[in-house]
Amino acid sequence: MKEELIIAGFGGQGVLSMGKILAYSGVIQDKEVTWMPSYGPEMRGGTANVTVIISDKRISSPILNMCDTAIVLNQQSMDKFESKVKPGGILLYDPNGISRHPERKDIKVYSIDAADLANDSGISKAFNMLVLGAFLQLKPILEMENIIKGLKKSLPERYHNLMPMNEKAIRLGMANVKEVK
Amino acid sequence: MDTHDIIKPENLVYGKSKVLTDTVMHYCPGCTHGVVHKIIAEVIEEMDIQDRTIGVCPVGCAVFAYKYIDIDWQQAAHGRAPALATATKRLYPDKYVFTYQGDGDLASIGTAEIIHACNRGENIVVIFINNAIYGMTGGQMAPTTLLGMKTATTPYGRKAELNGYPLKITELVAQLEGTCYVTRQSAQNPASVRKAKKAIRKAFENTTQRKGTSFIEIVAACNSNWKMAPVKANKWMEENMFPFYPLGDLKDR
Amino acid sequence: MAEKLLKKGNEAIALAAIRYGVDGYFGYPITPQSEVMETLMEEMPWETTGMVVLQAESETSSINMLYGGACCGKKVMTSSSSPGISLMCEGISYMAGSELPCLVVNVTRGGPGLGTIQPSQGDYFQAVKGGGHGDYKTIVLAPASVQEMYDFVGTGFDLAFKYRMPAMILSDGAIGQMMEKVELRPQVQRLTDKEIAKKYGDWATTGKSGRKANFISSLALEARDMEQINLRLQSKYRIIEETEVLFEKHLCDDAEYLLVAFGSSARICESTVEMARSKGIRMGLLRPITLFPFPTRIIQAMLPQLKGIMSVELSAGQMVEDIRLAVNGAVPVEFFGKMGGIVFSPEEVLNAFTAKFNL
Repeated sequence: MKEELIIAGFGGQGVLSMGKILAYSGVIQDKEVTWMPSYGPEMRGGTANVTVIISDKRISSPILNMCDTAIVLNQQSMDKFESKVKPGGILLYDPNGISRHPERKDIKVYSIDAADLANDSGISKAFNMLVLGAFLQLKPILEMENIIKGLKKSLPERYHNLMPMNEKAIRLGMANVKEVK
Repeated sequence: MDTHDIIKPENLVYGKSKVLTDTVMHYCPGCTHGVVHKIIAEVIEEMDIQDRTIGVCPVGCAVFAYKYIDIDWQQAAHGRAPALATATKRLYPDKYVFTYQGDGDLASIGTAEIIHACNRGENIVVIFINNAIYGMTGGQMAPTTLLGMKTATTPYGRKAELNGYPLKITELVAQLEGTCYVTRQSAQNPASVRKAKKAIRKAFENTTQRKGTSFIEIVAACNSNWKMAPVKANKWMEENMFPFYPLGDLKDR
Repeated sequence: MAEKLLKKGNEAIALAAIRYGVDGYFGYPITPQSEVMETLMEEMPWETTGMVVLQAESETSSINMLYGGACCGKKVMTSSSSPGISLMCEGISYMAGSELPCLVVNVTRGGPGLGTIQPSQGDYFQAVKGGGHGDYKTIVLAPASVQEMYDFVGTGFDLAFKYRMPAMILSDGAIGQMMEKVELRPQVQRLTDKEIAKKYGDWATTGKSGRKANFISSLALEARDMEQINLRLQSKYRIIEETEVLFEKHLCDDAEYLLVAFGSSARICESTVEMARSKGIRMGLLRPITLFPFPTRIIQAMLPQLKGIMSVELSAGQMVEDIRLAVNGAVPVEFFGKMGGIVFSPEEVLNAFTAKFNL
């Protein structure tokens, strides 16, 4: 198993932490992982993205040209990363705020109304966990038990009381991902 | 009493400190450095801390201070002595750590280091020799050179519009929360030497009480670069340096 | 088995410093390495191992705090990024001249000048040839993973104390910011002041107790004395070149073509080699781990089997000069690189390679 993933959106959407939770869950499941963020001025208000690789074997390049899956959470990221999905790969996005929807026909496109669902359920802070749930539904590469452990490891202890909310969000995301045809 | 009687041990009225080595000093006759070295050595001997004292010497005439005071020494890059002393004291909190710096070293190239070491309240002693001129490099303008004073780089006298004003760094560090004892002394006659020695002893004692930085300026003469005979240089210092750099304690808490 | 954590390269440096019994860290914030001091301040090692951590007023001051701490025989380190390292070069030269051990971590960014905060390997010359004045070298280790960021803290200090000279970890923003698995090593106890006085009392300023006074300086006004110091330094560097070369070979046994790359570039090139192999090109990768000492003889020993070499760097081409010196014209040595914080992908490296060698 080797999953090469790019997550991209606005700074503040929890893009980097979603990647970190996945990577930490990978560590717990004894996989090899890399988490490579975009850093710098982009982080301040602009777009943020992170490349996460989870593999059974030693990972060579942590920097990718093409990925298996792209998770896209704003228009700039759609413009930048739609073309970076390998043919046959997956593009998962939240249509909220997207004006130009994906056009490629050689990849599978899925959507998750994460922002709306999170708001409606009163868990807007766990927006990124809905997206993570949607991804795990499409690519069940890690066991749920390890995801929960990875989540706990990634959260500072003062937020551990939010664990049930985050778990609920992941499951809500899993149940609501839709294929776009 | 002839010469043989005078050198009998029972007639001894004064001796060189054991903490001073026998090396002949390279300082010019009339220079203040030798006197200050002597009183530092005496304080170290009297406090019995030779095995626990680490000195940091500067770049400048006192770069060779290690040859004369018999303790462990570090020789810093120009201006950086307070940084070395900071690390040394923090890594060896039980030792006595002091820097010995001239005016170019402390008040020009090392301004950032001295301000921040004093502001952090490092428990060190700073001995600052201010003779208002660069000695080692041959008499160029120092940050503390007085207005009108002729040096190799102010051949027509220091002018404020061209060279800026003399820097009262001691007044500056006295403002900082981290300093506990800031004083300005001199060493041109027995009375002033006694006072300077008392100040240096107090500074060394302060460091064990974790009170902060002790800073002692010694207004000094550089007769060679001032181009004066030693006696005249001291007189010139009293008449010109002391009015601008008045002696006494600026802070003691 | 020890617990495996997910950490950034910069965080790994900080954790390794505490675990390796480092006595003092002195630093100044600069992107992309600020997490080193941030992690140390969060961990508060002064309450556990007694390690001193201090935010200095400048990089100039940090390196001179290292100078003071190293004079004391203590294990002291700093970290910075390219512009900050430039400021430190004066101090590094003094420490090389005074024969003092310390560890300097450079998490490089693109230059020259204030440059960019994105990763670069443009500080190779500065690190390897001696960035400050005078004839000196520092031992340079180039980590290619977060685990190596952690482990090279120990390796760096061991070498620095073995040869009494500064050692440098030459990393870059990519390795510093990247998170990977890291296994923490067992805690090493800090030496006590007594142990230091016994072990390093013949040179360190530990307080003149029961011995003659120690004095540490890089000054020797007499040319003859300075010549002797230089000769001693150079003979030390020759021994290091003979005995301390570290490198890693990847698929080199039957290789006809060789990529040479260090740090993050080497990681990227590993993928390039796999792609080339799948196309039937017999390519291998040599990753120098020590940049000084450089694996000159390792390259020379491979020459009979090679048709060509390509140096791959995030720079205008710096290490390629050392490769060409080693190869001395025996086979073609090409270069591919990107500058200013742009990172190449494995495909770009392969495309450059096939173009340069007409394959």
